[in-house]
Amino acid sequence: MLPQRGDLPSPTAPPWKPVDPIVNDLTILAATVNGSGSQSANLVLTRAIFSMGIPVAPKNVFPSNIEGLPTWYDLRVSARGYQARRAQHDLLIARNPQTWTHDLAAVVAGGAVVHDDVFLASGVREDVEYFPVPFGRLGKTRIASDSLRKQLTNMIYVGVVAGLLGIPFDNLVTGIERTLATKPKAWPVNIDAVRVGYGYWEENFSDRPISHVLRPVVGGTDGLILVDGNQAAALGCVMGGCTVAAWYPITPSSSLCESLTGYADRFRTDPETGERRIAIVQAEDELAAAGMAIGAGWAGARAMTATSGPGISLMAEFAGLAYYAEVPVVVFDIQRLGPSTGLPTRTSQGDLGFAYRLGHGDTRHLVLLPGTAEECYEFAQRAFDLADRFQTPVLVLSDLDLGMNLWMSRPFDYPEAPFDRGKVLTVDDLERLEGDWARYRDVDGDGIPYRTWPGTPHPNAGYFTRGSGHDDRARYTESPEAYQANMDRLARKHRGARTAVPGPVTVSGGSALGLIAFGSTHHAVVEARDELAARGLPVDYLRLRALPIAPEVADFVAAHERVYVVEQNRDGQLLEILSEELPAELVARLRSIRHYDGQPIAAAAVAAPLLALEAVCV
Amino acid sequence: MSALAVNRIGLAREAYKGGPSTLCAGCGHNSITNHIIKALYDLGVEPHRLAKLSGIGCSSKTPAYFVEQAHGFNGLHGRMPALATGAGLANRELVVLGVSGDGDSASIGLGQFMHLMRRNVDCTYIIEDNGTYGLTKGQFSATADVDSVHKKGAVNHYQPIDPCAVALSVGSTFVARSFSGDGKQLVPLLKAAVAHRGTAVLDIISPCVTFNDHDGSTRSYSWVKDNDEGIHDLSFIPYFEEIRVEYEAGEVKEVDLYDGSTLVLRKLSEDHDPTDRLAAMRLLEESRTRGQLLTGLLYVDEHAEDFATRERLAEQPLRDLGEADLRPAREQFASLMRELM
Repeated sequence: MLPQRGDLPSPTAPPWKPVDPIVNDLTILAATVNGSGSQSANLVLTRAIFSMGIPVAPKNVFPSNIEGLPTWYDLRVSARGYQARRAQHDLLIARNPQTWTHDLAAVVAGGAVVHDDVFLASGVREDVEYFPVPFGRLGKTRIASDSLRKQLTNMIYVGVVAGLLGIPFDNLVTGIERTLATKPKAWPVNIDAVRVGYGYWEENFSDRPISHVLRPVVGGTDGLILVDGNQAAALGCVMGGCTVAAWYPITPSSSLCESLTGYADRFRTDPETGERRIAIVQAEDELAAAGMAIGAGWAGARAMTATSGPGISLMAEFAGLAYYAEVPVVVFDIQRLGPSTGLPTRTSQGDLGFAYRLGHGDTRHLVLLPGTAEECYEFAQRAFDLADRFQTPVLVLSDLDLGMNLWMSRPFDYPEAPFDRGKVLTVDDLERLEGDWARYRDVDGDGIPYRTWPGTPHPNAGYFTRGSGHDDRARYTESPEAYQANMDRLARKHRGARTAVPGPVTVSGGSALGLIAFGSTHHAVVEARDELAARGLPVDYLRLRALPIAPEVADFVAAHERVYVVEQNRDGQLLEILSEELPAELVARLRSIRHYDGQPIAAAAVAAPLLALEAVCV
Repeated sequence: MSALAVNRIGLAREAYKGGPSTLCAGCGHNSITNHIIKALYDLGVEPHRLAKLSGIGCSSKTPAYFVEQAHGFNGLHGRMPALATGAGLANRELVVLGVSGDGDSASIGLGQFMHLMRRNVDCTYIIEDNGTYGLTKGQFSATADVDSVHKKGAVNHYQPIDPCAVALSVGSTFVARSFSGDGKQLVPLLKAAVAHRGTAVLDIISPCVTFNDHDGSTRSYSWVKDNDEGIHDLSFIPYFEEIRVEYEAGEVKEVDLYDGSTLVLRKLSEDHDPTDRLAAMRLLEESRTRGQLLTGLLYVDEHAEDFATRERLAEQPLRDLGEADLRPAREQFASLMRELM
């Protein structure tokens, strides 16, 4: 049986005895206090290991708080490159007295625990190795700077952990230089603080090997980058030609527009005149943010907004307008846990159904589902092309895990294709047509009409956009025939998008079992499929990358006896959409696996339920 | 006017007309539409450069009734400011003109209205203010005066929101009030508003003949005519037109507008300096206490930077920029990738 999430080691298990240490495969949990500056220490540790050529996958588990509440940093180190969350921890760095007992319970039997020496370790767990460190005293006596003491004390644990795991000191220095790339003046004090910890390990623990060790892998991570999905999406907006961005701060999407602002300073600002080739507006709310983006899209700019669930709720009104009036706009939804305020700092795929149909009346959007940081970059660009091509909102659904955590990725490609601005009539076009055109007429049979941009210098360029009923010449009408014809054309346009949006990625090995997932769930599926295959249960895989669903999805389901739909929400929202859009005989083959506790899904949360369900079926 | 009369860009007045109005006969909004047509014709605004935007309500239908050739966008209730902001950012060459009502600006879209002014987005922002919800058959709006009486006899007990007072409080750079039936005052104000670089707010009292034109209403024709107090007799001289203004030395206030044209004000009953914001606020409060509607140019600041200028936005329309303008060079991109390694 695979380990279950939340399984605790048996308190009666005998103490683990090291035989051969496990190489380059462990999960480190750093439990600290929010606002104490532990983030830099954790990043240094991450980049140090990455620079050894060993794959890393860090995840921040942080509170909705500025200072004082517990925060965790979950660092997966995996020689095989697994990037999903793993529920068991092999090495705990315990610096938070509030969560000490809880954190200790999350360590596997035989694991190592680096902790503040004031925490009571005796009588709690007998099956782990304790490494008490007098952080307070070391900080007071060994760190000179009063103002930086709290922050630098965290660097001490980096040194201790480096000693325990065998991270060479050079890699720690690299980690510091990369993490604090813009602050070289801070390097020496940080290096000194790490050295304090390393020295403490040498004097006190160097004769105590632990269960895990790290060994450099030559070229192991060469050419790979570390990037978070929001940063990647922001860069995609730059490369995709976004010129107007409007947003309202909300976790976990804020860093997308903040990254965009950084790129705008660097790539879209004339160094001499200060003139900018992008407008980034912090709006008064999400209603206005969506409205500004849609106003800009109407006027011909490539425009976007970024938000999360509560903002998506507010944008429903404008999304319906843009769908019905056919205005291009890109909306990033970095999903967090709902409903309502929910858990603002926890991840989810709970907006899928709502986003797909965002708006009252019969509304359907194009929804892109990036599963990797690289796809956040690529889909951001494609979203602008699709919005222009289909003259409609394109929602890009990322999530907190994908958007805010660092991911290893191959470097991004420089785009070769020009922007696709869609069907826009120029003055020359209007001359050729002798001014005879109709804004909402389906000339090409694909449901996509032609448009003009305001400011086009031709007497017949103008038309009147409205969210009310309109005929093909954009004139107000209450005609039942005109209304229905227009709605049917919109449905045709939406259906046509099935083959234009990013297609699914399929891995098939002829198994009778299939699995469908999307977004950040992908990483847990990759690992789960390996585990299942190792247990003699290979599972084929289709990763959905957009809505409306591509024709290949029906083919995939038809080729398998049972297909598990794995997603991170309570109600099986993708399952609902598939059930609605696939033929009934295929729907009968679908099974559902759902994970919705706010933590990024782990491989065990895919494999264990699948095994259990198969045990019933077989 | 002869049939051949044209404006400075060679267009007949006909070119500034739109579709037939579907509002009630005699609606104040129709008068405003005609004054807008005259102002745009006089200014010689190129129809294709005009972007007409509106919210929802009777007032918001009116952009369909002027300058047929222009692009129009009848958006959402109270959300026109956001659409106008985005449109103006996408293309700084557009002449952005927004039409809203008191429901749009004083209720459902009060927040957007205030933030538009706070940013000083370059646009003309018209409020066709009748104190009532016409399309939904006559409910009170937030600009209805205390004690005004509904057609069915209900009395409004709640304080009105004065759009001009709101505008002054958030630092709007052009605040004026007028009356739909007073073309002599309104047309020059409209021209000045369009010429103003920044948000120009015009609260135009516009009686609703169907739901709010009776003795109990403070926004009926008869009430407004008896209580309207103009603060300036005003003529506007666009730089491209030679108009001589009748005025006497010592009675004239000249305001230089951003585009090089000059606004000339003749003071009537009050010695009001339209660059004095505190004085404008005091006058509004005094007239409110006296139960009078103060009309005219209350405040103007021609020196404030508009939003796009403050954001250092390129003059060239953003929507026209291509791959070479918007994508960093290959070397820059490669260097960024190296930083992420």
